[in-house]
This record gives sequence, structure tokens and C-alpha cells, in this order.
Amino acid sequence: MKYKTQKVAYWFWALSMLLLTIQLTYGFIMGFARLGYDGLHQWIPFNTAHTVHLNTLVVWLLAGFMGAAYYIIPEEAETELWKPKLAYLQLIALTLVGVAALAGYHFNIWEGRKFLEIPRELDWLVAIDVILFLVILLMTILKGKKKSTTVWVLYGGLAGAAVLYLPGMISFDSQVLDSFFRWWVVHLWVEGVWELIMGGILAFLLIKLTGVDREVIEKWLYVVIGLTFLSGILGTGHHYYYIGVNKIWLIVGGIFSSLEPLAFLAMTLWALSMYRKGEKKHPNKLAITWTLAAAIISFLGAGVLGLAHTLPQTNLYTHGTLVTAMHGHLAFWGAYASIVLAIITYAMPNLTGRKLYDHPRGRLAFWLSNIGIFIMVSAFAAAGVAQVYLERILGYDFGQVQNEIKVHFWVLIIGATILSTGIILYIIDFVKYGLPTDEALEA
Amino acid sequence: MLTKQQAKIFFLVGTFVTFAIFIGLTIYSLQQVQTRLPEDVARGKHIWEKNNCMGCHTIMGEGAYYAPELTNVIERRGEPFVRGVLQAKKPWQPNGRKMVAYGMNEQDTNDMIAFFKWIGNLDLNGFEKVDRKVSPLAVDHMKDNVE
Ligand code: HEM
Ligand code: HEM
Ligand SMILES: [Fe+2]
Repeated sequence: MKYKTQKVAYWFWALSMLLLTIQLTYGFIMGFARLGYDGLHQWIPFNTAHTVHLNTLVVWLLAGFMGAAYYIIPEEAETELWKPKLAYLQLIALTLVGVAALAGYHFNIWEGRKFLEIPRELDWLVAIDVILFLVILLMTILKGKKKSTTVWVLYGGLAGAAVLYLPGMISFDSQVLDSFFRWWVVHLWVEGVWELIMGGILAFLLIKLTGVDREVIEKWLYVVIGLTFLSGILGTGHHYYYIGVNKIWLIVGGIFSSLEPLAFLAMTLWALSMYRKGEKKHPNKLAITWTLAAAIISFLGAGVLGLAHTLPQTNLYTHGTLVTAMHGHLAFWGAYASIVLAIITYAMPNLTGRKLYDHPRGRLAFWLSNIGIFIMVSAFAAAGVAQVYLERILGYDFGQVQNEIKVHFWVLIIGATILSTGIILYIIDFVKYGLPTDEALEA
Repeated sequence: MLTKQQAKIFFLVGTFVTFAIFIGLTIYSLQQVQTRLPEDVARGKHIWEKNNCMGCHTIMGEGAYYAPELTNVIERRGEPFVRGVLQAKKPWQPNGRKMVAYGMNEQDTNDMIAFFKWIGNLDLNGFEKVDRKVSPLAVDHMKDNVE
């Protein structure tokens, strides 16, 4: 590391690891409930498990992005962080709000809107916390020596995510309007501003890991995020097919969302070509592996598996089935989980001074978690396709069909166990690096 | 070759134009959406939200996939059946999967029913129909089995 205050990043990532553990645990609760083992129903019914699974996912990714920003921005701006104490305060506040929200979910305190279950009172605290985060970073950028494209794109993505949270806080009487604006958050996050955050982190990693000239890397960064918004904003229409709004979205959503994979494809090609071009490769091979994996698997999960059900003609059949869960898992994993795990893998040796660049446990963590998620996604796919066929084409009753496809959830559990083993190894590594120290400062 | 400046312009122009169209389409669509609903429907939506029904079920295809799609539940099951489920004091348990026992009172039940009826009457571009769609192939097949 180059600046002492980059150490803040470590604590955000530690929170990420903790929340990831909770996310996986509640995933298992749901998986077993689907197999008929729902002994926890009285305390943790399926909707509690689902909400905890999704909220811990979003918050561990956000904490991961925040850590990434606290690590990357001082280094890129060439200055210490502005008021690092406030950054710790921001972390503590985020943790407290998170704990309060998660506890509430076990006592029927929530707003049942998928992904946005945090009660509105807590939403305000989240908003204040995020404003604090954005102010700290903006002040850092402004006092810094350099203002790189990478930093602006990363910051723009984070600020955009904050702004887009607001439409999700409005209350409506109509389920149609509720759904309409819920997608301004959920869709415009993952298929919009979060891609900027990912692009910014990826650009930073490529600059550090491949040694290719910054100007070249940042030029392609513009192309990637250009394609993102060009397709992704109007692509929101793919969620407006069947929620009771104007028919024009069938056409607009169909066309533009079909173009969304191009942004992810561009990201893949960009990362691979920079890797090939790079002559001064960084010794941190594991970080290179995670980085390239994020660039490739995001295209598979978001691009390819997204395209599979995004046209209105196909979505009519797959809308709201396990096919969606198939896509949701690989998209979130390939894009956002992987990019967070990549930046952590890159930064840990620099923060702690322990140069664990390419060791068996780290490699095993990578392979097990990726193999595990592919098995899970295949299980969701098999279950989802059978569900669509039986329920939507042959017209069988929901419950009958669910019994028919139960067997796939055993495969899901096997995949999830392999994935979780990989994640446990990753966390063991994280712990074994030790705490960040000033001795790791590079001259 | 593309320069960094050109790439930046591509990004800015593309974003600005598509965003402007998006806002335009949003305003256009919202003019056709009913914003003021009967009170019981609005209360029904509130109960739906307060209990996170979407954490197991889908409505208009959105939610979790553990329990059935409810957009058309009144038409599919009939009102008395739905009332029974909502007022059950012990976990309702069809096909082995448990639902939370809400034991709703008369008022809340009525509101929920009003909410479901309202949703069931929306024009969802054919989505609600597909829920019970039977392909011609399947119809023949079922006939064969009966004979
Ligand atoms: C990394 C980027 C992406 C992530 C994390 C992601 C994740 C998700 C998730 C979690 C859902 C379920 C949302 C809900 O019901 O609340 C969803 C739905 C959907 N996604 Fe994505 N997605 C991504 C990119 C894409 C892309 C690029 C496409 C199209 C090419 C796409 C197409 C769809 C469609 C059509 C649905 C609706 C499914 C349904 O009708 O049930 N997604 N996505
Ligand atoms: C132990 C591993 C995991 C298990 C057993 C698991 C299981 C599940 C189950 C059963 C559901 C609910 C499907 C339904 O609605 O019925 C679900 C939803 C979801 N999980 Fe996981 N999961 C695991 C790990 C992950 C990971 C690592 C991610 C992201 C990187 C993830 C992201 C999601 C998302 C986005 C949804 C919502 C999907 C949708 O509605 O389309 N899960 N998970
Ligand atoms: Fe989307």
C-alpha cells in the first residue's frame, strides 16, 4: 500500500466476509426447506431466510465496493484519505443499521419488496451513511494530486447508486407503481451504475496487474460503460412487460435489453486483451485469476443467461420461475461477488505485507467456489426448465410441479457445499493474512 | 483508431440520449396508470407488504419462487378458499410446504381479497393467462389418458 489510510478498506472487507457467511447460511436454510426440511419454520420461515439471503448479499457487495473505493481512491489521487476517522464512523454506522435490519427480519419488521426490504425509517440512516461515505471520498479526490478517469468512473458509479436508491423510498398505493420504481433501484443498479463501479475496479486492477498503459485501459473503460448505459437504461423495460404498464415497453425493453450483453462482452474482451498485451505482469497470480474470472463469468451469468430469457416472447414463459434464480445466481456471482473477491485478493498482501501470491489454499478457494456455483446454477437451470415446461406449457398446478422438481435441490445442496468450502478457505486466507500494518507501506 | 476523447463522447452522448428517452417513456406510461385506488385495495397492498408475502410468493411474476403466483389466485381458487388460507390459525401446508399462519381478522381478509381482485383485473399483456395455459399437445395427451 502507498498511503496509511488505505487500511480502512480492510475493515469494510472484514464486514463483507462476515455477511457473506450469513448469506450462505440462510441460502442453505432455503435449500433445505425446498427439500422438505423446514424445521426452522417457526423462527426462520422461508420469507425471512429469503430476505436475509438477499440483503446480506447486497450489503456485503456494497461494503466490498466501499472498501475498494477506500483502497483505490487514495492511491489513484495520490493523497491520504480525508478524515479517516469519519470513515471508521461510517463503517460502524453501516454495521449497526445492518444488524438492526437483519434482526427485524426475524420479527416480521420489514417492507416486503424484494431486495428493498429495509424499513423506510432505516432507509434514511442508510442514506445519511452513504452521503458521509461520498463526502469523504469527494474531499479526498479534490485534495488529491491526480484525478484519473478510473477514479471518476468508480465515484460516479457509487454516487449514482446512492441517487438511484431514492426512488425506492417513495410509497405507493398501487402495486404497479411500486414495482415500476423498485426496478429503478434493482435494475438500474445491477445493469447500470454497478457496472461503472465494476468497470472502475476492473480498470484499476488491470492497470496494476498487467502493466498496460493507463490511457489505453481507460479508453476502453469508456467504451464499456458507454455500452452499459446505451443498452441498460432503456433495457429496464424488460421488467415492464407484465406489470400493467404501457405496451411500448415490450418493444423497447426487448430490443435494448438484448443489447446489454454487449457491455459484458466488451468487458471480457477488454480484460483478456489487456492481459495478453501486458508485459509487466504482477506476481499476484491469484488476483489475476479472480480478475479475469470476473470479466468472463459476468458475461456468462449476466450476458448469456440474461439473454436467454430477456425477450418478451421467452420471458412470458420464464418470468418469475427458477429460471430467474438460475440467472440471478451466476450474474451476481460472476460480476459483483467475483470483482469484490478480486480486489480483496489483490489488496491483502499490500495491506498486510504478507506476500501470499500463489498458494495452494488460495487456488483451491478459487476453483471450489467457482465449480460449486456452476453446479448450483445447473441445478437451478434443470429445475427451472422443468418448471416452465410442466407449469406454463402443460398447465400443471404449482405445488405438483414443485414436488416433481424437488430432486434438483439435492444437486443444489451439493453445489452449495462445494461453493461454501471454497468460501471458507477464502475466509481462512483472509484471516491468516493478519491485520493491516503501517510496516507494509511501500516507499 | 478510436481515441480516448472519442470514447468519452460516445459514453456521454449515449447516456444522455437514452436517459432522456427513458424519462420521456416513463412520463408517458405513468399517465396511463391508475394512481388513486379504492381504500381497501390500498390497505390490502399495505398488508401484503407488511408481511413480506413476496418473500415466498410472486405477484405479477415478482418475488420468491417458493409458493404459487398469486396474480390470479381468486380466479384460480375462488374467494372462499383464499379466505380460508388467510384466516388459518395453524400453518397452511399444501404439498408439504408450510405457510406462515397469519390468522387474519375479517377486515384484513377483505382488504387482501380486494387487493387480489384488483391485481387480477389488470391487463398484464397475457402473463396471467400463461399461468394456466395448456398446449394443444398436452390436451391431446390428456384425452388419450382418459380414454
Ligand atoms: C450483473 C448483472 C446482472 C445481475 C446481477 C442480474 C440479476 C438479476 C436478478 C437478481 C433478477 C431477479 C430480480 C427480481 O426478481 O427482483 C434478474 C432478473 C432478470 N434479469 Fe438480470 N441480472 C444482470 C444482468 C442482466 C442482463 C444483462 C440481462 C439481459 C440480457 C438480464 C435479464 C434479466 C431478466 C429478463 C430478468 C427478469 C426475470 C423474470 O422475468 O423473472 N439480467 N436479474
Ligand atoms: C450456500 C449457497 C447458496 C444457496 C444454497 C442458495 C440458495 C438460494 C435459494 C434456495 C434461493 C431462493 C429461490 C426461490 O425464490 O425459491 C436463492 C435466491 C437467491 N440467491 Fe442464493 N444461494 C446460495 C448462494 C448464493 C450466492 C453466492 C449468491 C450471489 C452471489 C446468491 C444470490 C441469490 C439471489 C440473487 C437470489 C434471488 C434470485 C431470484 O429471485 O431470481 N446466492 N438462493
Ligand atoms: Fe434487469
